[in-house]
Amino acid sequence: MSEEVDQGRRRLLTAATSLTGAVGVVFVATPFLASWKPSARAKALGAPIEIDVSKLEPGSMLKVEWRGKPVWVLRRTPEMLKQLEKATPFLLDPASDGSVQPAYAKNDARALKPEYLVVLGVCTHLGCAPMPKFEAADVTVSADWPGGFYCPCHGSKFDLSGRVFKGVPAPANLAVPPYTFVTDGRILVGSDSTQSA
Amino acid sequence: MGTENYGSAQAAGLWGWINARFPLDKMLKEHVTEYYAPKNFNFWYLFGVLSLVVLVIQLVTGIFLTMNYKPSAAEAFASVEYIMRDVEWGWLIRYLHSTGASAFFIVVYLHMFRALMYGSYRSPRELLWIFGMLIYLCLMAEAFMGYLLPWGNMSYWGAQVIVSLFGTIPVIGDSLAEWIKGDYFISDITLNRFFALHVIAIPLILVFLVVAHILALHEVGSSNPDGVEIKKIKGPDGHPVDGVRFHPYMTVKDTFGLGMFLLMFCGIVFFAPTFGGLFLEGPNFEQANPMQTPPHIAPVWYFTPFYAMLRAVPSFLGTQVWGVIVMFGAIALLVFLPWLDRSPVNSIRYKGPISKLALALFAVSFAVLAYCGMKPPSPTLLLLSRTFTAVYFAFFLLMPWYSRVDKTKPVPERVTYHAH
Repeated sequence: MSEEVDQGRRRLLTAATSLTGAVGVVFVATPFLASWKPSARAKALGAPIEIDVSKLEPGSMLKVEWRGKPVWVLRRTPEMLKQLEKATPFLLDPASDGSVQPAYAKNDARALKPEYLVVLGVCTHLGCAPMPKFEAADVTVSADWPGGFYCPCHGSKFDLSGRVFKGVPAPANLAVPPYTFVTDGRILVGSDSTQSA
Repeated sequence: MGTENYGSAQAAGLWGWINARFPLDKMLKEHVTEYYAPKNFNFWYLFGVLSLVVLVIQLVTGIFLTMNYKPSAAEAFASVEYIMRDVEWGWLIRYLHSTGASAFFIVVYLHMFRALMYGSYRSPRELLWIFGMLIYLCLMAEAFMGYLLPWGNMSYWGAQVIVSLFGTIPVIGDSLAEWIKGDYFISDITLNRFFALHVIAIPLILVFLVVAHILALHEVGSSNPDGVEIKKIKGPDGHPVDGVRFHPYMTVKDTFGLGMFLLMFCGIVFFAPTFGGLFLEGPNFEQANPMQTPPHIAPVWYFTPFYAMLRAVPSFLGTQVWGVIVMFGAIALLVFLPWLDRSPVNSIRYKGPISKLALALFAVSFAVLAYCGMKPPSPTLLLLSRTFTAVYFAFFLLMPWYSRVDKTKPVPERVTYHAH
């Protein structure tokens, strides 16, 4: 047996042991990090919900909580739908190219049926709840206001389809969740024929 | 060091018995009775000790608050009210803790400004500065998570805004934000984990970092208003001629400063605990409501400079991650100060007019941004925020240039000191 220390062998063993240990650390860390993900109960509570819109008056809006977020159902009047065209030249993303919505809501009305707007009432800037300002020329927003939603946190503005105006902090239109009409007066939010959130 | 020190600890009695088994005497000498601090310390050198005292206040009051607080969405708000109304002296303990949070940032900001003025971050104190910056980061995380715990409406929406910041990161953002919340929204689950982080994880890291900060300080020695190294000139006893023992000289000075500080601190606790909505915000006296945003969301004052920067940056290329980058960049830049400052002198006393102007503008920009971040958005404030965000960044990014070309005054060999 040699008296000298085999440094090469020692380095190799140290490296191999460290590497094995590091793999072990990754394995041990996994359950702890994964424990932060939504739990089974949180997932179950986030299941799709049904909303009854049969008694909603034209021009009024319903707020329902889904996954802790307000889902808005706005039943638009023909005048409100006409206002959408007026707003178009001032919009950041009028065709909703850079916004979140199912394919069937990628239109000017951003809806399955133009009469009913279904959007998440969560500002796409930093998640505040915008306020309804449906009246055109509402002076609390601006004199040339075409009607829509106004976010009090950072001043973002959206039209009556939840489309964002230019020059405000929000980068995208209000998100449209997946939804479907179960019957004429009942909307299922969180699930449709193609996907479920 | 080792053996002769234990040998000298032959003193009889309990003192000797302990020192033969634990380096108590050695530690006291190294860090208190024989730690030499520059004799020209001024008012600005109080804030390190004060932050340590505030840390202790926060730890003690925090422990007592957890004894009555319930970290669940259903009970949190009511349990805070219970502490305020029904628990004996509960109001005092809570107001000490809530005022302590703001006091912590006041003393830490002044402590940091001291470092900026006198170049305390410069070689060989870079690591000391980095430990300090890590403490500042922990403090911000601690304050942010602590603010959710009362489960008021501003708690809720403030957390909503900050967690959304992580959601702006491209690709992984949404799942990252969901992972932080443990739910699809800020919920009971989020509150529970923020509580765990606020009372256990971060305080542990904070205490560890504070120990590292002090050890690093005592290794390299304190800076001073002249920015000269007192260790360069030592007397026959081997100690710096311009240094005085931390105890009793500095402890006496610090005790007086602490008295002044506590006078103001208690004044706020007893007579103005909300401090006009700055320390405790109005909407937070209403329970969290996920469906109702407060009409105006503003973080507590100590975050508002960075919040103003966040709001000042518009979104482009379909993402608003830019504002987030600017905001975190503003904090990250501080870490690099030791390498950005190329001036041949350390202290503002010997720096030239450009550096003095730059530091003054930096202080002004911090104050203006703090104001802008508190107020609802308006075109004027937006313009102000953008201008002063630029000034804030210019202070750091132009520093390698202006600190080098600026005229300097000759630095004295020894500290300037006038006996009183």
